[in-house]
Amino acid sequence: MVSVFALVASVFNLDTQGHYLRWGFIEISVTNLVVIILMVLVFIAAITIPFHRKRNH
Amino acid sequence: MGASKDSAVSDEINQQWTTRARRGLAKSFPYEKLLPDTQPSYLSSWIYVFGALTIGALAMIILSGAVLSIEGPTWWHQSSLGLFVNSLHLWSVELFFFFMVVHMWGKYFMGAWRGKRALTWMSGAVTFSISIAAGFTGYVSQTNFDSQWIATQAKDGINSTGAGAFFNVLNVGQMLMWHIVLLPAVVIALVAIHVILVRHRGIVPPYTEQAREVTP
Repeated sequence: MVSVFALVASVFNLDTQGHYLRWGFIEISVTNLVVIILMVLVFIAAITIPFHRKRNH
Repeated sequence: MGASKDSAVSDEINQQWTTRARRGLAKSFPYEKLLPDTQPSYLSSWIYVFGALTIGALAMIILSGAVLSIEGPTWWHQSSLGLFVNSLHLWSVELFFFFMVVHMWGKYFMGAWRGKRALTWMSGAVTFSISIAAGFTGYVSQTNFDSQWIATQAKDGINSTGAGAFFNVLNVGQMLMWHIVLLPAVVIALVAIHVILVRHRGIVPPYTEQAREVTP
């Protein structure tokens, strides 16, 4: 089990400084940008992927 | 004589606040609305799932938070299980906000305040704001260097609003109480009101569906 943790930790090393993107006065962490992009993608998926159901009322 | 006495008793019963409240609640919230067995066909879209997902994440936050409250900071910092539950609490919060934002985007673009649903929309928006405060007090209650850094960075902003007089972000005991008692109580109450309002007014129909209802 410990080896699994070690493997994950080696792939996602969180014990480092955060990465930031800067554009003029705009500054955003890469983490926050990734979350925002994921939310947009999930939103697009939610309104485009068909929702199958057995009954219609 | 007996009939008039009965009538007087009946009038008195009708005027009781319990009678009026019961009738009002029965009229506004019939069982068919509170626990519906069918839903309109326009609900067959994934975008309608995100409100329920948000509540699911909130349930996980409360459950994991309750376990953290029982065991305390030493446990959640030092034991493997404590670290796991601490992470479960954090990731439930991440998902709570993730789902809530997608839910809000969906409701914004479908104009969910239409059809006397303004209070439903506003209760959701206020819940979002209070949730940010709940999340913030959680970050400053971690009892580690992160929480100290966040608190010292936030204190000037909070003090500049004047709220620092009664909301001291450097007081970890006070922040923890806000985080585990006051703010969760407000969030849970607001979510309950929000869901009751959704059941009362129903899910907002799409613009096309509403136009069809107005011009048959």
